[in-house]
Amino acid sequence: MPELKGDKGFITVLLAEDGPADRMLLATLVARLGHRVLTAANGLEAVALFEQERPQLVLMDALMPVMDGFEAARRIKRLAGEELVPIIFLTSLSEGEALVQSIEAGGDDFLSKPYNPLILEAKIKAMNRLRRLQATVLEQRDLIARHNGHLLTEQRVAKAVFDKITHSGCLGAANIRYLQSPYALFNGDLLLAAYKPSGEMHVLLGDFTGHGLPAAIGAMPVADAFYSMTARGYSPSEILCELNAKLKRILPVGMFCCATLLSVDTQRRLLEVWNGGLPAGYLRRVADGHYVELASRHLPLGVLENDAFDTSCDVHPLAVGDRVLLLSDGVLEVSNATGETFGEERLRTLLRECDEPARLFAQIQNALADFHGEAHDDASMLEILVSDEPISALPMQEYGKSWLISSQDWSASFEFRAQTLKSFNPLPFLLQLLMEVRGLRPRSGELYTVLAELYSNALEHGVMGLNSALKQDAAGFSEYYRQRDQRLSELDAGFVRFHLQIVPNGEGGRLLLRVEDSGEGFAVAEELARQQSPTSLGGRGMRLICRLADECTWDEDGRGVSVEFCWNAGA
Amino acid sequence: MSEHLDSAILSSLQEIMGEEYPVLLDTFLADSEERVRLLREALGQSDAQALRQAAHSFKGSCSNMGAPLLAGLCRSLEEAGRRGQLDGCEAQLEHLERELAIVRIMFRSERQRFVIGRS
Repeated sequence: MPELKGDKGFITVLLAEDGPADRMLLATLVARLGHRVLTAANGLEAVALFEQERPQLVLMDALMPVMDGFEAARRIKRLAGEELVPIIFLTSLSEGEALVQSIEAGGDDFLSKPYNPLILEAKIKAMNRLRRLQATVLEQRDLIARHNGHLLTEQRVAKAVFDKITHSGCLGAANIRYLQSPYALFNGDLLLAAYKPSGEMHVLLGDFTGHGLPAAIGAMPVADAFYSMTARGYSPSEILCELNAKLKRILPVGMFCCATLLSVDTQRRLLEVWNGGLPAGYLRRVADGHYVELASRHLPLGVLENDAFDTSCDVHPLAVGDRVLLLSDGVLEVSNATGETFGEERLRTLLRECDEPARLFAQIQNALADFHGEAHDDASMLEILVSDEPISALPMQEYGKSWLISSQDWSASFEFRAQTLKSFNPLPFLLQLLMEVRGLRPRSGELYTVLAELYSNALEHGVMGLNSALKQDAAGFSEYYRQRDQRLSELDAGFVRFHLQIVPNGEGGRLLLRVEDSGEGFAVAEELARQQSPTSLGGRGMRLICRLADECTWDEDGRGVSVEFCWNAGA
Repeated sequence: MSEHLDSAILSSLQEIMGEEYPVLLDTFLADSEERVRLLREALGQSDAQALRQAAHSFKGSCSNMGAPLLAGLCRSLEEAGRRGQLDGCEAQLEHLERELAIVRIMFRSERQRFVIGRS
């Protein structure tokens, strides 16, 4: 901070007085106090001297020839701008009219004749204190403005970096609607969405404790891990494990991230939900208009060590036309003029009374704005409409160069046994290996879906012997996934084998993929016939596999299956 | 000292001005001639506003210089100017001039006394 003039109490005082004897007397008095004195005999001289010398204080006679003290005071105040230059009028306190006039002209105090040296000294001191106080206030105001400018610049930079990480998301998809402030990042809100190679959509709504840069910092690694793992085909549980471990490691104690992770699978019509600490989301069923609450059943991310962290998801069947609604705390905490919050009850009433589901999202938005009195931007909200539109653009991973790229003639076999099946998802690994073959890359989505179907059939129905008939209704669904988790944790025998073979074929080539399991097999012909029924829910996805692969044949005993993908040179 | 000059104010002025004390007295006396000229001019033109302003300024100087009677006469003239009642001002101004003549004599002797005291 620059040293203020007059810090030692000595300043330059401008004295405007037309009586020569009075002027001489007052100038001597002020000089004896240690100050530098400039004298003027009228208002015009005073203004000129002020401009030239910028004195810190003015003693001004009211009645002067050429220009009177009132006009001179107005001009000096204007020239001084934001700086406080106190003006003490030299006039008698008995003249009410003149007092009013001098205050209106910007006078700060009065001194009456005959001059009293002690009162003059006290008044100059008091005015000088006031002047320095004002100067300090201005300094600090400017300092705060500079700091605020820095902060905004930093936020812009952070936001730009963050946008680079998140630009790959699919929040712009036709079936998604969302509400989020452009600076939600600095309220700690995070909203991410991306497709897996197999076409499932992953959505993450997060709410970090705190505000500002500290709240935004955790968002970077979360977004990065979410996108890269989703693009490689990892499951929600695997992604949650990674996010939790990462946040537990980097966030200070007491900071964490409430979050909901969704996996929306429109092909198999499945919704997986994990909610740790966010308000309940809602699944609105198109069939009966009822709502399924997607309530929090876990602690937020970044609280527990990974060995105590539970990644199990709730699974719900989906139908085309169902809607999934997620919201952050900010939505329920929107407050009105009397400090009352919007709250869960109001939201539930709104949901219950909504008779036009397509307008639900807009209705909530309007209700929040009406309640708050103006647009509110501290809340995040998202709605997904389950549709059977094909997904237009799946993310293509950029793979590094390796010897396999040009290699067209190889085979590999893998056998994954019980201890591995319990905790390891081989699909991302297998997919990455197959993506080394250039001709297969345009079909990564189909390939992943087929791999995923074959693997879950082999593991769930084969190795673990789960009955797909359970998945006929919503209750059966839950039961199926309960049994799946239980049997998987108790697994101590069995295997799933993959045989991959790449065969060159002219300029193109073929992938021969065979999957075998240690299960008891099933009646292939019967199952195929049953799955022709268009209403069948769940099942082994055999129709889907046949549609996506170029060839597929099940072994008669149902313990093995062979599929084939072909490509041409131009692909 | 007398009803014409306030001795407490004069000794305070002397204290403040030091060596410059006689110069202050001279300055006042020279300025007072000009002030009286302005008062006469205003009264001659029956300009109440000018009379009021001139009387006001002179009143301030007189009170600073410790001349209470002179200051009081200025106040009467200022008051008359404010009311626009210039009747009787002529007599008042003459009274003021007499009082100034007395003050002038007293200041001159004060000046004399100061210079002798110093030498």
